[in-house]
Amino acid sequence: MSERLLVEAVNDALHVEMERDPSVMVLGEDVGRLGGVFRATAGLRERFGAERCVDTPLAEAGILGTAVGLCMAGWRPVCEMQYDAFSYPALDQLINHVGRYRWRTRGAMSFPLVIRMPYGGGVRAPELHDDSPETYYVHTPGVKVAIPATPADAKGLIAAAIRDPDPVVVLEPKLHYRTAKEEVPDGEHVVPLGQARIAREGTDVTLVAYGAMVLLAERAADVLAVEASCEIVDLRSLKPLDEETLLASVAKTGRAVVVQEAPRVAGFAAEIAAVLAEKAIYDLRGPVLRVTGYDVPYPYWQVEDAYMPSVERVADAVRRLLEA
Amino acid sequence: MSRVLPAEGDLHRVIGDGETVPDGEVDGLAVDELLALYRGLVLLRTYDERSLVYHRQGRIGTYAIFWNHEAMQVGSALALERRDWIFPSYRESAIGLLRGMPVSTVLSWWRGHPAGWWNPEEYNVASICVPIATHVPHAVGFAWGSRLKGEDRVAIAYFGDGATSEGAFHEGATFAGALKAPVVLFCNNNQWAISTPVSAQTAAASLADKAVGYGMPGVRVDGADVLAVFEATRDAVERARSGEGPTFIEAVTYRSAPHATADDPSIYIDPARVEEEREHECVGRFERYLTRLGVLPEPRAEEIKEEALELMRDGIAAAEAEAPADRSLVFEHAYADPPAALAADREELERILGS
Repeated sequence: MSERLLVEAVNDALHVEMERDPSVMVLGEDVGRLGGVFRATAGLRERFGAERCVDTPLAEAGILGTAVGLCMAGWRPVCEMQYDAFSYPALDQLINHVGRYRWRTRGAMSFPLVIRMPYGGGVRAPELHDDSPETYYVHTPGVKVAIPATPADAKGLIAAAIRDPDPVVVLEPKLHYRTAKEEVPDGEHVVPLGQARIAREGTDVTLVAYGAMVLLAERAADVLAVEASCEIVDLRSLKPLDEETLLASVAKTGRAVVVQEAPRVAGFAAEIAAVLAEKAIYDLRGPVLRVTGYDVPYPYWQVEDAYMPSVERVADAVRRLLEA
Repeated sequence: MSRVLPAEGDLHRVIGDGETVPDGEVDGLAVDELLALYRGLVLLRTYDERSLVYHRQGRIGTYAIFWNHEAMQVGSALALERRDWIFPSYRESAIGLLRGMPVSTVLSWWRGHPAGWWNPEEYNVASICVPIATHVPHAVGFAWGSRLKGEDRVAIAYFGDGATSEGAFHEGATFAGALKAPVVLFCNNNQWAISTPVSAQTAAASLADKAVGYGMPGVRVDGADVLAVFEATRDAVERARSGEGPTFIEAVTYRSAPHATADDPSIYIDPARVEEEREHECVGRFERYLTRLGVLPEPRAEEIKEEALELMRDGIAAAEAEAPADRSLVFEHAYADPPAALAADREELERILGS
């Protein structure tokens, strides 16, 4: 075990996986010489050479489209999108090809590529450096999505994503890149996709969260400690989704609040609410509530705290449920 | 030796007109190779013409016609080695026939039957790309990735004139140039993107001019001249193989058939111009060339045409004889390791529909 920041755990995962499998390569904007704008890929070029850690032209659809071809040539490319919203030009490739190509070959060819990117708000950044685009990815058939909340999970989920035979998008909470720090297993460490984590045990209400919202849920649970016992489910992977852990928690508490940064309409919290409506309605003692971003462009950063789910808003939702 | 010139202005031609323009020849091309080109042309022409009939008979669905594009496809594909990879658009749906793909496979694709979705590794032919130009970066990535692995494989991507307006083309060509990928970007400029003429597509004097911006040579050839296409592609492949990087080939022709079976070009195209183009169509041009050369006696030509027709008759029979697709295929192949929710969906559907 070594104590690592979340971004250092990402970096460690890439080192370990590239060492383990010579077909793994990293490509993206500024990932080589610079080591990435967040230093997530620092040292890879020196260790594995410029051909396995490639500074590409500034073109996200080109990065992902090229990665499709790299898969066909036998590589396992790990593409970095520099920021969440910078990945939108690559949606063309993601939707048209990444999620479909295996199916198109009737399973004859695999596309084991990874798209990883820092995501989320609260970092006082210019426009389009703050988005939570997970729904676009989850909604794309053929593509899996993981979002770690902790350094150890960041390492383990990236390793799982790289080893997975299917394309996986990994969203990394940039807000906690350099604030979350914990003991992370050295060497190979894999957190399987599709296994949620009970981040905290409780009895009165289940807070469902992923990524940066897990830490927020923990802070809200602390504030609520004298009023309510909150259980926190950290989903870790949105697709595949660990329904079992989710349903078991809600069966126990009878109440659920889902927290996401992304705009509310048709966001992933709506999917969770739908799953609970279909499969847990008789366990529920009140409505499933959502605490989310709003249906507006991510705002000017001077007012971003009003947009982001907050301890106050999560606590308010929990209190409303308990009073119902 | 290489004839590839940056932004070469004039269309490169080899085949003459039998009157004032003399026939040329391609260095190193023997008679049996000329006949292989002819067989390829006849095969694709027959495929295309029969497919239109099958569509009208309701035996295949919507079909993207490639009449008079055969020289571009055959001339370029036969300039490749078998280990080289082809990345087709829907206009090149039947290009796999040149690699031994059964006719029934391609017909099945147009019938929406799963038998039409082939394994690219079997023929070194990627899946048909339906969206425009998005396969250009695939070819580039494949070619670059192959070189990184020390494998001597060139890739060729086919796309139309309209595709050069797409961002995917631009990004793919940019990567190809920057990475010196061993790839050939083959543009079949038939001058129409459904109803939009190339003049409305770009203000560039020629599409080949675009190559300059990507740091690669741009070559213009007569797309109805199979020998010119072959020669240009062979040179481009040689460049790629020797590590000199990508080439953009603009093969110019004129779309003398509808875009697809659902299209009505009479609304936007000049029928007189189409008639004129049809007189110079590529298969007849090459046939007359071979006749002038004295290497294609008429009985041999007839034999080749009859062989192609026979292949088509067997192909459509085989495609129609495919067992109906199993509906459980809906749940197959999207994931190597599918989410559990998909298995539950499948069980539910089976329960409702029964067996």
